[in-house]
Amino acid sequence: MLISILSGKGGTGKTLVSVNMAVVSECGTYADCDVEEPNGYLFLNPVISHEEEVNVKIPVIDADLCDGCRKCIDFCNFNALAYTGNKVIVFEDICHSCGGCTLVCPRKAITEKDKSVGKFEKGMSGNTTFMSGTMKVGVASGIPIVKRILKEVHVNREEDVFIDSPPGSACIVMESIRYADYCVLVAEPTIFGRHNLEMVHELVKVFGKKYGVVLNKCTDKPNPSEDYCLKEGISILGRIPFDASLGAIASVGGIAALEDERFRAIFNSILSGIKEDPELI
Amino acid sequence: MKQLLILSGKGGTGKTTVASSFISLSEARSFADCDVDAPNLHLVTRTEVLPEVKDYFGLPKAFIDPDICIGCDMCRQECRFEAISCEGDLYTVDNNACEGCGVCKYVCPVSAVCMHDEKAGEMMLYREKTHTFSTAKLRMGSGTSGMLVTEVKKRLMPYVDPGDLVIIDGSPGIGCPVIASLSGVDMVLIVAEPTLSGISDMERIIGTALNFKIRTTVCINKADINDKLSDEIEKYCADKKLHFLGRIPYDPLVVQSVNDGKPVADLDCPAGNAIKIVYNKSIKLLEEMAV
Repeated sequence: MLISILSGKGGTGKTLVSVNMAVVSECGTYADCDVEEPNGYLFLNPVISHEEEVNVKIPVIDADLCDGCRKCIDFCNFNALAYTGNKVIVFEDICHSCGGCTLVCPRKAITEKDKSVGKFEKGMSGNTTFMSGTMKVGVASGIPIVKRILKEVHVNREEDVFIDSPPGSACIVMESIRYADYCVLVAEPTIFGRHNLEMVHELVKVFGKKYGVVLNKCTDKPNPSEDYCLKEGISILGRIPFDASLGAIASVGGIAALEDERFRAIFNSILSGIKEDPELI
Repeated sequence: MKQLLILSGKGGTGKTTVASSFISLSEARSFADCDVDAPNLHLVTRTEVLPEVKDYFGLPKAFIDPDICIGCDMCRQECRFEAISCEGDLYTVDNNACEGCGVCKYVCPVSAVCMHDEKAGEMMLYREKTHTFSTAKLRMGSGTSGMLVTEVKKRLMPYVDPGDLVIIDGSPGIGCPVIASLSGVDMVLIVAEPTLSGISDMERIIGTALNFKIRTTVCINKADINDKLSDEIEKYCADKKLHFLGRIPYDPLVVQSVNDGKPVADLDCPAGNAIKIVYNKSIKLLEEMAV
């Protein structure tokens, strides 16, 4: 079963929930798709057995063959090509690697080269399979890296896979929930948390996913995110208390479910809540 | 005009808390929320007028006319984004995967593909008596958030006076929306968090900002949740010769002020007072740069 953990707002506890669920699931897979700011490795300390570069295709112009017709520049919708000083210049960082320029060039002056945008890693942390991607600083889009991780995830699909998604609700989040069987939305008890929960709620509905909410940082004060769940009839999979000891464990990369029986029980109950969701059966 | 951009790398460290406080303290006349896929600044900003709303169109999406399509499969083979699928003899485009490059249209031998605009979000411009506020909301799952960030900033500019300080709330991460928000900025303030995750993410966003040769400063939020890691952050800044602007303590009143829709700097409390110190140091640095 493929479970994506997302939140819209950053810092609500996606990584906390993903890592702990992967650990309590026994023999599950944790896949960190927050490739701009991956943090899962800090908690799981995996032994990496496989590492590879993730490349995209970038055009290379043969100046001897180019006659300056500018068909490639007119074609490029991303404005990644320009003609200055009697030659075509490629802005590699904004190229989307669509390959259009190589197709339209009448003189076949454009070929492609590989450009590394980051790396993909796979390994083990105890019984948990670990996968992660890291985008290079300065690169605009981590989507090719997320795609590489998901390709590997499909190989392990019969196990439980927990996908730690990036924050937000843009294209890269979409990519990390696209194949999910279930989405876990993590929300915190602020009006910011609620507003961003509304946004990802809309997103999982658009994608027709099954979903439930985990309320994190719960106190005895009013919880705007909980109010939203009750109003919308969204199933609440669990409540994680706001707790100084949990914060202390997480701040130094500890795994709460392994250090405190109370938290193990909470994550176990979230996991069984998903497995027993009547919508799935 | 000076532009101050607030970033963090990691989400949820307190960008909007700091940004809304800076806006209140400086009585800012112009500000923007560039976190277009999870905007929140409007929730803690007084707005009295209705916004001027404008639709945002990203890049066009491909559409295959089934009546013209001859099923040659060329478009599916050439699409690098795996956006075209075929069931039976019906070819369709997945709008969420299509990036609008136009390759399918180019290779189609019978001109069955056309590109059409699709609304990808909404931009809101609040023109109040005392200030102008530009923000936007990306439609669920749309791409091109970087382009929308650029539009949000562009929409604000006609209302900015030469002497103004423009405060911009950024998005988490280090990718295209962050890179788009960095353009034209005079100073970046990074709100860091003393956790291993927070430090790892801070180092990556500092690298991104320095790539653009923008003056980068750092403050720590919830500093007392781990004093040892806060010391490490301060030392990291000293080693990298970055201005360190102060520590903001964990303060339960922050959550309460957010939920009341108010900037925390409006309250006399430990976090609010610490933000005032960070603010004063930021202003001093920006003024030094003007000389």
